[in-house]
This record gives sequence, C-alpha cells and structure tokens, in this order.
Amino acid sequence: MARISGIDLPKNKRGEIGLTYIYGIGRSSAQQILTEAGVSFDKKVQEWNDDELTKIRVIINENYKVEGALRSETQLNIKRLMDIGCYRGVRHRLGLPVRGQRTKNNCRTRKGKRKTVANKKKVTK
Amino acid sequence: MSRSLKKGPYIDYKLEQKVLAMNDSQKKTVIKTWSRRSMISPEFVNHTFAVHNGNKFIPVYVTENMVGHKLGEFAPTRNFRGHSGSKDKGKK
Repeated sequence: MARISGIDLPKNKRGEIGLTYIYGIGRSSAQQILTEAGVSFDKKVQEWNDDELTKIRVIINENYKVEGALRSETQLNIKRLMDIGCYRGVRHRLGLPVRGQRTKNNCRTRKGKRKTVANKKKVTK
Repeated sequence: MSRSLKKGPYIDYKLEQKVLAMNDSQKKTVIKTWSRRSMISPEFVNHTFAVHNGNKFIPVYVTENMVGHKLGEFAPTRNFRGHSGSKDKGKK
C-alpha cells in the first residue's frame, strides 16, 4: 500500500491519477513529480517499487505544500482578509461570493441551500 | 487581471505628497480623501484616512496587513441591513 503524506493512494489507478488524491496535487504537478522521479505515468500505483515510492515521497516532501499545511495556509489567508475588514474579508464573513459575481440569483455554492421566505399576501382589489 | 508590475503601484500623487509631508513633520492628522483607487503603500501605515464612500467619510486606520490593498476596499459603498421581516439579520 502506497502511503504518501498521510493519504492512502488508490492501488489500481495510474500513478498520474493516483497522486491527485493528495490535496494540493493536481494533474500537472503529478506529471511533474513523476517525470522528476523517472516513473512512467502509466504505471499503476501498486506497481511502484520501494525505490520509486521513496523518490516520489522525497520530491513531494521537499517541493510541495500538501494536505494540512496547505489547508491551514489558505485558512490563514482568508482569516487575514477577515481581520483587516476589507471588502473581500467582509464577503467571506457573510458567506457570499467574493469576486464580484451577481447575487440576485445563483451563487448557491456560497450561500448554501435555498432559504425560502413565505410569500407576502397580495393586496386584493 | 492584475496591474502590470512595470508600472508600479498606483497612488494618487497628491495623497502621497500629503502622507510624506506628514511623515516628515511627525504630525498625525486624519487625511480626508476621495481617492479610493490608491494603493496602500508601506508609508501609509499607522495613519488614519477618511475615505469617501460616496456618501460620507469612513475612518480607516491603516495597519501593516493592509499594505497592497486599495483604500476603497475598507470603505464599503453599500449598506445591506438584511431583508424586512428577517429578525436575526441586521448586525452592523
């Protein structure tokens, strides 16, 4: 079983894809890692031998910020924005889109589930 | 898209001169400004600016963390108090 930076990699996937299960590593950085380690992209994760595995592990350890460290960094960046009270920080606090998207409709990712407000009664003539 | 590095940060010339003069004379007064588009440079730290938001001037005390942001980011132009009828909203 290949275990890199606290994450179990899927055994039956190609190395290029398997590495992307680590938070902070996507397709392009996975490819860079594998080229640097001299491992074919097409080799399955379970087919890596110990040598290759340690090589990959060392490369990730030295050059990449992954998992917990990366998560806490992004959290710190957001917290900084919130603390200085700038516009972006305020949007983070309110849970609304930060980059100027419209909020009349959509933006459900940021706002969460729809909160329906009871209809106002229409004035009858 | 972010601004070209070649140009350097944009700071309103008059505003910059005012701040530099204030740094020289060691005096501290609130600077009224309409220049929301000016970048906060390291010289601005520890000064208070009254930034116009289209209606009135919002006092902004500049700290080190704010360097690199624009003055306007700290003076919101809209004031949303929540919808009518929803009780828990309306803080600030």
